[in-house]
Amino acid sequence: MSEAETEAPPPPQPKGGDLVRRHSLVTRLWHWTNLVAVTVMLMSGLMIFNAHPRLYWGQYGSNAPGHPDPAWLDLSHVNGGVPFPPWITIPSHYSLADARLWHFAFAWILGLVIAAYLLWSLISGHLKRDLAPRPAELAPANIWHDIKNHARLRFPTGLAALRYHILQKLAYGGVLFVLLPGAILTGLTMSPGMNAALPFLVDVLGGRQSARSLHFLCAFGLVAFFFVHIAMVVLAGPINEVRSMLTGWFRLPRERPGKQEEDAA
Amino acid sequence: MILSRRKLIGIGAAGAGGLLLGGCDRLNDSETFRGVLGGATGLNQRTQRLLMGNSLAKEFTEADISPAFKPNGSTSVGNPAYKAQLAGGFADWALRIDGLVKQPLLVPLSALKTMPQRIQITRHDCVEGWSAIGKWQGPQLGTLLAQAGLLPSAKYAVFHCADVLEGAPYYESIDLVDAFHPQTILAWAMNGQPLSEPHGAPIRLRVERQLGYKQAKYIMRIELRDTLAGLYRGKGGFWEDSRGYQWYAGI
Repeated sequence: MSEAETEAPPPPQPKGGDLVRRHSLVTRLWHWTNLVAVTVMLMSGLMIFNAHPRLYWGQYGSNAPGHPDPAWLDLSHVNGGVPFPPWITIPSHYSLADARLWHFAFAWILGLVIAAYLLWSLISGHLKRDLAPRPAELAPANIWHDIKNHARLRFPTGLAALRYHILQKLAYGGVLFVLLPGAILTGLTMSPGMNAALPFLVDVLGGRQSARSLHFLCAFGLVAFFFVHIAMVVLAGPINEVRSMLTGWFRLPRERPGKQEEDAA
Repeated sequence: MILSRRKLIGIGAAGAGGLLLGGCDRLNDSETFRGVLGGATGLNQRTQRLLMGNSLAKEFTEADISPAFKPNGSTSVGNPAYKAQLAGGFADWALRIDGLVKQPLLVPLSALKTMPQRIQITRHDCVEGWSAIGKWQGPQLGTLLAQAGLLPSAKYAVFHCADVLEGAPYYESIDLVDAFHPQTILAWAMNGQPLSEPHGAPIRLRVERQLGYKQAKYIMRIELRDTLAGLYRGKGGFWEDSRGYQWYAGI
């Protein structure tokens, strides 16, 4: 989409049914690399969670025999103390050591590609042009209008389908600027070495156990996004959507017959 | 016989999913792949050392101390000689420092208590994910190593411990960067009391910028070595040997 102006000169304006360039090569590369990295981080992270399935707020927190610190989430009695089953963890057999090996290697991929992608988005204008919500879009009436259209499965058609609507912008922005950087920063904050190197991080987050809680909340946020994202791709036409993220080419959905102006928000 | 784009994408997606789920365990068992992942571990250590320099771990106040500090790993020692020492308050016990040193030392517990002391309230992070804050007191390891005088070939301090886990003696090791860090102490007191047996009496290591499994308890002997190869299974510590935990535990 970001290359629509440069690679497919506007006149004549594309209309419903036309094939158009939608996702730039950088976006496509980042999307799939990020998918692999997040998947490995999540599955190895669930194994790491299994090693101590309790979450706390504050600087400290443990299950000292007879005097456990208060935990806001305690799954230590689920499934015999191993809440996440083998089919969803890396490795599938219990090994905290191996999960850490995967987690701290793929963390480099995750961190480097999101840093590079955010930098590219800023410099190329992708961020300002496609992702940043405009003030008018943030008006409650517009957001409500978009929610209603979603609930009725009325997705934008024609040229309007080339732009992200406000719910998409908020979801993608949340992933790019909150959940992914949040997972990375809270992850770094759990490392005693990084605590010594960057002490302000652990102070800002309210302690190492708070950072650990926020880390898993970011991870669960990414999982929630994943399911909504997949549902939307399926509802909007999975072949066309997946093709556009693989090849960059997207077929604009045809205008509905007798379509009202309300979609051209 | 034309594979439609639709089919190709479907096959691609199914293949990727299958590879991911089935392939991870196969990759996990491959020595080559583990070597690649292990390469990142070395990168992590170098990056952290670069960022950390000689910075200190955060120190807390008395008010931050955990109400209960969870003892983990070995919480008692089976051998009768240790039991006798424990009963006698380690009155005639001495720490041995030997290996690649100019002057091997035998340091009685009373000497460890009367040397210049460091008191620090720090957070202990277990590799499993939990944390506890405690107050530790003891001499800096660097002072003792300076007394013994290291030979130029010395690269690692190895801590030989009295406890036996799963049939193997517990041991741990750190390099000289951490051995001479100001917060690296041989703690004989915790929260103002002599160390109890569950917490590693008579002394345990505090190496505050690494995880709990590096904080060796029940230390009997410190050996200076030029390599970790040839010692037990060669990975530099009990958990490193038995489970494959990373030797550098700054994460």
